[in-house]
Amino acid sequence: MAGLIAYGAYVPYHRLARADLAAVLGTPPGKGTRAVAGYDEDTTSMAVEAARGALAPDGLRPRIGQLFLATAAPAYLDKTNATAVHAALGLDEHVLAADMAGSVRSGLGALITAARSTVPTLTVLSDLRTGLPGGSDESAGGDGAAAFVFGGHRDSTPVIAELLAHDTVSDEILDRWRLPGSPTSRVWEERFAEEIYVDLAGEALTAALDRAGLDIAAVDHLIVSGLHARACASVRRKTGARPEAVTADLTAAIGNPGTAQPGLLLADVLDRARPGETIALVVLGDGAGVILLRTTDALPAHRSARPVAGQIAAGSAPMPYATYLSWRGLLDREPPRRPDPEPPYAPPAHRRNRWKYGFVAARCEKCGTRHLPPDRVCTSCRSVDAMTGEPMADVRGTVATFTVDRLAHTPSPPMLVVVVDYDGGGRFRCQLTDATEADAVIGARVEMTFRRTVTAAGVHNYFWKARPVRTDED
Amino acid sequence: MGSHGIRDRVAIVGMGCTPFGEHWNRSADDLLVDAVGEAVTSAGITLDDIDAFWLGTQASGVSGLTLSRPLHLPCKPVTRLENMCATGSEALRNACYAVASGAYDVAMAVGVEKLKDSGMSGLSGTTMPGAGDDSRGEITAPANFSLLAPAYAAKYGLGEAELKDVITRIAWKNHANGARNPRAQFRKEVPLERIKSAPIVAGMLGVFDCSGVSDGSAAAIVVRAEDAYRYTDKPIFVKALSLVAGPADGLQDPEYDFTTFPEVVASAQEAYRQAGVTDPRAEIALAEVHDCFTPTELVLMEDLGFSGRGQAWKDVTSGVFDLDGSLPVNPDGGLKAFGHPIGASGLRMMFEAWLQLRGEAPPERTVRTLAEGRSLALTHNLGGGPGECVSFVSLVGSELTD
Repeated sequence: MAGLIAYGAYVPYHRLARADLAAVLGTPPGKGTRAVAGYDEDTTSMAVEAARGALAPDGLRPRIGQLFLATAAPAYLDKTNATAVHAALGLDEHVLAADMAGSVRSGLGALITAARSTVPTLTVLSDLRTGLPGGSDESAGGDGAAAFVFGGHRDSTPVIAELLAHDTVSDEILDRWRLPGSPTSRVWEERFAEEIYVDLAGEALTAALDRAGLDIAAVDHLIVSGLHARACASVRRKTGARPEAVTADLTAAIGNPGTAQPGLLLADVLDRARPGETIALVVLGDGAGVILLRTTDALPAHRSARPVAGQIAAGSAPMPYATYLSWRGLLDREPPRRPDPEPPYAPPAHRRNRWKYGFVAARCEKCGTRHLPPDRVCTSCRSVDAMTGEPMADVRGTVATFTVDRLAHTPSPPMLVVVVDYDGGGRFRCQLTDATEADAVIGARVEMTFRRTVTAAGVHNYFWKARPVRTDED
Repeated sequence: MGSHGIRDRVAIVGMGCTPFGEHWNRSADDLLVDAVGEAVTSAGITLDDIDAFWLGTQASGVSGLTLSRPLHLPCKPVTRLENMCATGSEALRNACYAVASGAYDVAMAVGVEKLKDSGMSGLSGTTMPGAGDDSRGEITAPANFSLLAPAYAAKYGLGEAELKDVITRIAWKNHANGARNPRAQFRKEVPLERIKSAPIVAGMLGVFDCSGVSDGSAAAIVVRAEDAYRYTDKPIFVKALSLVAGPADGLQDPEYDFTTFPEVVASAQEAYRQAGVTDPRAEIALAEVHDCFTPTELVLMEDLGFSGRGQAWKDVTSGVFDLDGSLPVNPDGGLKAFGHPIGASGLRMMFEAWLQLRGEAPPERTVRTLAEGRSLALTHNLGGGPGECVSFVSLVGSELTD
């Protein structure tokens, strides 16, 4: 049986309160919060975090045959961003990794491509929405990522949601667009596209339901996603779905993360859907697309370990609007009087891909000592070239000592630095992120997260940081 | 195989040291010319009498030309070297070994650094080159050394406020000493309360817990011990020179607890062995140690064997290391009062030993341990940081051992 076998979602830790934004800009007061990617996050790093969640089940990682990264805010052009995700996940080098980048609709494209694929496919939807100060994209936008693995045709991995049918309608329509390099979109008068979208969604939904031999009344969860909020609301009202089946979007709490929105909404439904329920995911944008899924008995035992609702609830207290603006590069702050940070050099970064992206340490085969970073010579028994790679990304640790560096170059001073002793051995000094100074204490429990540490000379530097363990898994 | 010290085989017969500070109108060349000139004058010789040169600088020049060009040396051997913050001491060590080997009769060690031209806070261009993949997560020097503070407090059961008082006293002491030194960058005593309430730079460290950024140069002339009295009535004899580069695994090894520099322990023990010192706290008249940041000096007191483990904070508090204490530490004001022009610092420390052991330090900062009959001085440099560093320890004395 083909279908969904795993999923994971990532909602960044930080929040911006719409009320604060309105207070600074003098705009009408808004309600709720939006999720904000950290100063050290981008669509690539968020994609890694979501994908790590999806690939948590044992034995799944080696089965992945291809990887697609969909985003409307790619960290790089020309250069593939999915390969960074691929490297951070430690996937086999023969796994295809490709971007579907540029348009918000690429999220739908990646999901349907994955659903149709004949090899197990990891598809990651990641987006970071920015608008100019005072614009609705700023307040209504959000940041986040979601990842899905479709496959399950063979062996023991159970399908958690069977793919019943899908359909897409493509339509060239100028309702929202953004020139390359521009931080913000432009939108046509909203009512123009509303009716078009209602019709297109109806067409796609009818086609998919017909293909599955279902009636709209059979839909237990109707998800409508898209950046055209007015059209989404109309579609929710007009599909004829049972009122209790219509799910609210999460815009009030985390904003609309564009390309990632259908993924986050679907993950949220999967977090709570019961076995045997039918989910209709409707995505609007340059046409419409529908994916029909039916949950299986396997779902309850294979839900994501980090539910969307839990991540929303665990978000930070709202950050100052000025901090948000400086993180987004919209407020140019005085840099420290320090030398500019250097970018990573290409050859050493490539030589050490497994360490830098995969956070793969080395363990001495002779005496068992773990080395972060990997060394050729054992620090303990000094054996040479007797090392085995040891992935450390999912290993937790304890803070041995710490500091708060108020001079260091960082987009968000001060820089928190911790020396981490890992469970099972090994030590590494790294930054602590998604944290305050109160979190940097001896004995604190931390886990690792993939981040964009800095961008220097036009090069993004990706590496791992520690963050406080906030779940009760520990 | 073995390490053979050169105890009493070479002597320092001339030294020079520029004032350290913000030399906006002087270049590294100017500083070198001044320090070298003072050194040759003090030995009563000319530059032509010097057979070979070792120049220590970290970032103010490369190659022997850094020294030969400003001095227009006539085709002499000049080696430029670098060993992080131990660079100046390393220049001296190499010059001493060159003379001890018999290769040269007269050698000069020079150190220089020009930091203030960069416009940066703190040291620039001084980080250890990483793997180039930028995964090391470089932190600033004060942050790096501030890692010691919470670890020391936790291990020995001190409260944060209690430890802050201890390190504050170290800064206070060194500033008080520096106030008595015309060559120091900072020449004012600083009240305890001002040190304690200064803006925080990293971890527990305020501005006054950090050494300053300054420019400076210092030089020493080294000859065979038997030739020493041809140059001066008061040579100082090299008793021990010890340098180690650690395995640099403290940031990888959970066994390392951030309350010690094992490299300092190793280099000190080797230096004491070479010099025949068995009770450093009782035998040494003064110590110039690498107080780059105040917690460093605290930990060094234990690593150098001046205090028992976990005891240094008490000795600091009770004034053991004060100018009038039983073992004065950094009587010249240390890196705290001088700033830290990397290549020059080790030789600046030696300059204080030179002055004190010759009885030439001004009365207001002459240590009383000399009058009590002690004749040994220790200098110590540390490059790198907790968990991965190079350490240098020397012992020099005003008398030959029988």
